[in-house]
Amino acid sequence: MINRSMEMTRSSEFAIRTRGLRKVFNGKVAVRDLTLEVPRGEVFGFLGPNGAGKSTSVKMLLGLVFPTSGEAQILGRPVGDVKTRSRVGFLPEHFRFYDWLTPQELLNLHGRLYAMAHAKLRERVPALLDLVGLTPHRDKRLRDFSKGMLQRIGLAQALLNEPDLIFLDEPTSGLDPVGRRLVRDIIRAQRDRGATVLLNSHLLGEVEITCDRVAFIKDGEVVETRQINDDNEDPITVSVKSPNVTPEIADGLSRWSRSVRTKPEGLTLSVLSRAVVPEIVRYLAASGVDVYEVTPQRPSLEERFLEIVGTDGGL
Amino acid sequence: MGIWIMAGVTFREAARKKMLWMALAAGGAFLILFATGLHFQAKDFAAHGMSPILRREISFAMVIMGLYAIDLLAVLMTILTSIDTLSGEIASGTIQAIATKPVPRWQVVLGKWLGFCGMLTAYIAIMVSGVNAVTYAMAGVTARHLARGLSLMWMESVVLLSVVFAFATYFSTLTTGVLTLGLHGLAFLGGWIEQFGAMAQTPRAVNVGIIASILMPSEALWRRAAFEMQSPLANSLRISPFGTLSVPSIAMVFYALLYLAIALAVAIRGFSRRDL
Repeated sequence: MINRSMEMTRSSEFAIRTRGLRKVFNGKVAVRDLTLEVPRGEVFGFLGPNGAGKSTSVKMLLGLVFPTSGEAQILGRPVGDVKTRSRVGFLPEHFRFYDWLTPQELLNLHGRLYAMAHAKLRERVPALLDLVGLTPHRDKRLRDFSKGMLQRIGLAQALLNEPDLIFLDEPTSGLDPVGRRLVRDIIRAQRDRGATVLLNSHLLGEVEITCDRVAFIKDGEVVETRQINDDNEDPITVSVKSPNVTPEIADGLSRWSRSVRTKPEGLTLSVLSRAVVPEIVRYLAASGVDVYEVTPQRPSLEERFLEIVGTDGGL
Repeated sequence: MGIWIMAGVTFREAARKKMLWMALAAGGAFLILFATGLHFQAKDFAAHGMSPILRREISFAMVIMGLYAIDLLAVLMTILTSIDTLSGEIASGTIQAIATKPVPRWQVVLGKWLGFCGMLTAYIAIMVSGVNAVTYAMAGVTARHLARGLSLMWMESVVLLSVVFAFATYFSTLTTGVLTLGLHGLAFLGGWIEQFGAMAQTPRAVNVGIIASILMPSEALWRRAAFEMQSPLANSLRISPFGTLSVPSIAMVFYALLYLAIALAVAIRGFSRRDL
């Protein structure tokens, strides 16, 4: 009994929780073993090469695809629970809807499917059209929309019910830089109001800017989960532009650095924390070295992605 | 609630995509042609001094012919308009944004089905009324037991609609079309085999027709409708080409109802359990 109650409390801490989730289509394994915990209020990135099982995983969490085995919960309830869906928003990878509707009609229809009150819809629909920049196009039919405009209206419908959990599958696909910035701002705003966002994207730069944490998926499994911008997580590479570093001075840097490589124009160090950079600068200055530039760099998400999935993209 | 939202959007889709209007326009063109034919026929009857009884019987036959054409149009409209609604939306991914809303899947299917039923009801009621109005105006006759006949014609379309839905949850749009039209074609052919079997008094041929009706009862419903709507004289003399030589029984009508319910249940079950 106590275990069950502890389990429930633990479940409610997470917006998404899966254990050994597996999906096999006609003998082909799409998702091997998805075990994942996404705390509430987090922006979580889902990364992986094509065919890694990201979209199938998202579809299983949304109840669109039935798992072959394993367990999954969203917002503390088993996936597929109809009531929970009223607290979930979803932007599919290729948002398609009845193209004979206007954006206003589309949002009203989705609002009614969410059982939202008319008064609430009267307030939400114009506000969302304004947010995604489609107010001037509110009376056009969706069939006359560009790909980017469809993506924007898809995003608006995903936010309509002020969801606690939002699944965004490639939300910046088809968007210009202004649209991408809009998506970033919207994701931040959602996090600020306490919503959890699961972002499925190929654009690693976008993920790096937006997400708190990411999971790398390969062959239907989570191979690594990591915090973004966490000083304790990865070694930092520090490049120092300084032409007159002697081997003795370089040796003195070993107290902060795991490896020191000297080059004619300076040196490159690998350190565990950004906090040691000022000490290194002070040491070099005290040693009489001319320091022109010091650049601490964390290996980009892209580098880590390529390291994990390989340059063949998992194909 | 979700059922009615889906029914409303399905009906509106038919109207917005001009499906219903185009079908009504084609039906209107047919009614004009039909009225023109009846007009000249009435003139020729008067010119030749045809007996009132024969004139009345021929006019009755014309009503049934007109209704037969409407029946064919309704069958085609049912299949062609509904064929893409589930399989097409599953293939394009359009269904994903709906299936993730707090509406159970069975309500999505039933709502769409009701939307199409509404469209078919409007279409069949308008066209059958049109044919009867034209024959009444031109020849002073209308179909006998019109309400019964209309209900059976409507049921035929709803049976086909339910079969389309059942296939569409498992197969692609094209396969659904081929299977449904194939089954209806089988029933159509079986109906004629049954008629000729009855005419030639070969019970085995009649049984082939009955088996075809068991596989797909759509055509049997039309033949029962024709029997209900034809003149008593045509029925007793068995002179109609519209299938009253071997009349499908009331048990066949109830079987068709059961068939419809099973097809719809298969559609709901299939859609509720499949991956989208």
